[in-house]
Amino acid sequence: MQVVNFWLFSGIAIISALLCITRRSPVVSAMWLVLTMFSIAALFVILGAQFIGAIQVLVYAGAIMVLFLFVIMLLNLGRGEPTDLPGRLGSLIMLGVGAVLAVELWAVTRIVPDGAIRLPAGTMESLVEQEGAVGAISDPLFRDYLVPFEITSVLLLAAVVGAVVLAKRRL
Amino acid sequence: MTPELKGFLLLAAIKVVVGFGGLLLAVALVTWLERRQAGFHQDRLGPNRVGPKGLFQPIADGIKNFIKEELVPADADKFLFLIAPALVFTPALLLFAVIPFAAPLPVSFDFELPVVGRFVHDGVMPMMVADLPVGLLFVLAISSIGVYGIVLAGWASNSKYSFLGGLRSSAQMVSYEVALGLSVISVFILAGDVTLSGIVENQQQKLWYVFPLALGFALFVVSALAETNRLPFDLPEAESELVFGYHTEYSAMKFAMFFLGEYAALITMAALMATLFFGGWDIPFTTWDESEPSLLKTALTFGAFATKTVFFVFMYIWIRWSLPRFRYDQLMALGWKVLLPAALSYLMLLSGAIWALEQLGIEQGPLYGFILCIVNLPAIYALFWVIDSGRLVFGQRLQRRTMN
Repeated sequence: MQVVNFWLFSGIAIISALLCITRRSPVVSAMWLVLTMFSIAALFVILGAQFIGAIQVLVYAGAIMVLFLFVIMLLNLGRGEPTDLPGRLGSLIMLGVGAVLAVELWAVTRIVPDGAIRLPAGTMESLVEQEGAVGAISDPLFRDYLVPFEITSVLLLAAVVGAVVLAKRRL
Repeated sequence: MTPELKGFLLLAAIKVVVGFGGLLLAVALVTWLERRQAGFHQDRLGPNRVGPKGLFQPIADGIKNFIKEELVPADADKFLFLIAPALVFTPALLLFAVIPFAAPLPVSFDFELPVVGRFVHDGVMPMMVADLPVGLLFVLAISSIGVYGIVLAGWASNSKYSFLGGLRSSAQMVSYEVALGLSVISVFILAGDVTLSGIVENQQQKLWYVFPLALGFALFVVSALAETNRLPFDLPEAESELVFGYHTEYSAMKFAMFFLGEYAALITMAALMATLFFGGWDIPFTTWDESEPSLLKTALTFGAFATKTVFFVFMYIWIRWSLPRFRYDQLMALGWKVLLPAALSYLMLLSGAIWALEQLGIEQGPLYGFILCIVNLPAIYALFWVIDSGRLVFGQRLQRRTMN
């Protein structure tokens, strides 16, 4: 069952990601990207991380992509346009980069990770059973890793302030 | 497949069919209720010709919508134009899946069918379609998907009124989602659980959350109105300025799907208010419904749940036919400058109060609820003072400044 689900959702994710980069109309591309996000959320749920799956849908599919659509529509980019793919040289370079990426991916799948970063099978399931889907995340996040978590939020705040300052010269 | 798994799947399928069939039936009834109530508000009768008191009016409307002509505007993006109604309709129905609508029902059967084999189930069946471990987060996630249907409908129609409606809805729903999520966090803090079954159980044993979380409830009601695009926040439709906003170009069954989705979302939000703040299927002043499950208990608790939900549906309808529409800048100002800071500071106040109560060693119960209720009063007063002094929502002072 788990294997079937994995192939199903990873297949949908890959196909919709391909459609996302090949469609001409930006709005249609954005919608395929939403479907990719959704399938990735499903993969998280298969891995036993329901909370991350829900947040993936809530934040990426539900909020960020809506803002993307909003911007695409405001800039009136919505209709399909003639292709902006580069010429033959550009295609060759892209093919080369793609080949490097594929080899890297193949290499990554060959590596067996250390025991320290691999959980024994069934750990997540029992943890979710014990503490609930949210407790399994919030306990380490707000106890063991509180300082890194807060520093990350300061980083995000700095990014927001920077964006506002760049966009608005006269405050 | 084991017989137990087959039994579980059979029950799940029955719950899906009965639950969604019931929801669609309720949607039909609510459209009738709304039109009747609108009639009474405007000193007329409303639809009363088809069937007793006009009860079969939704069926007549459905038949009419099926035989009407389907129109697709000439320059519309056909594919997106066609899937947009489905994208509104499906999430609205999915939301209902995690709401527990009655006390668990004891079900046990063991039978064999010729081709598919043996089905076994023994034990209590929770009366919700899916008891997800993420519960309420699922509701927030799926309701945030509903905005795509509206945005795409507005964009794909290739009409300026639809387009403005789509733009408005995307800004509005993203803004109010934040306030909605923050008001729900107050429930999480008190319950210590995100599953809806856990929240209901907690309220049964202790007290309904509307008392300790009065302000949270108020914030939830306001943001739920904006999330479902109902008056006074129906800016995406705004028939007086945008014709009909995002569904101007839709006709026949595609329009009906927008309509069904809107009312399904309304019912789900009303059911969520009942579940989160009014004890769900809990029957008040008795602990009888919490003991051994039985068929009678399931039926009666379903009655309690339905009563509460219908009450909030009525509240929605009354608000719609009583209040005028907001102006768009007022709507955004209310969302970002009033509701968001109010929800954030309320969360800080609430967690401070709960921490203090824990330090004092007071258990969750009537006294605990009473103290939190008292804590709510100054917060409610402060919020109404901010809204009522006309500086942010009604914009009087702003107007004066721009006039000078």
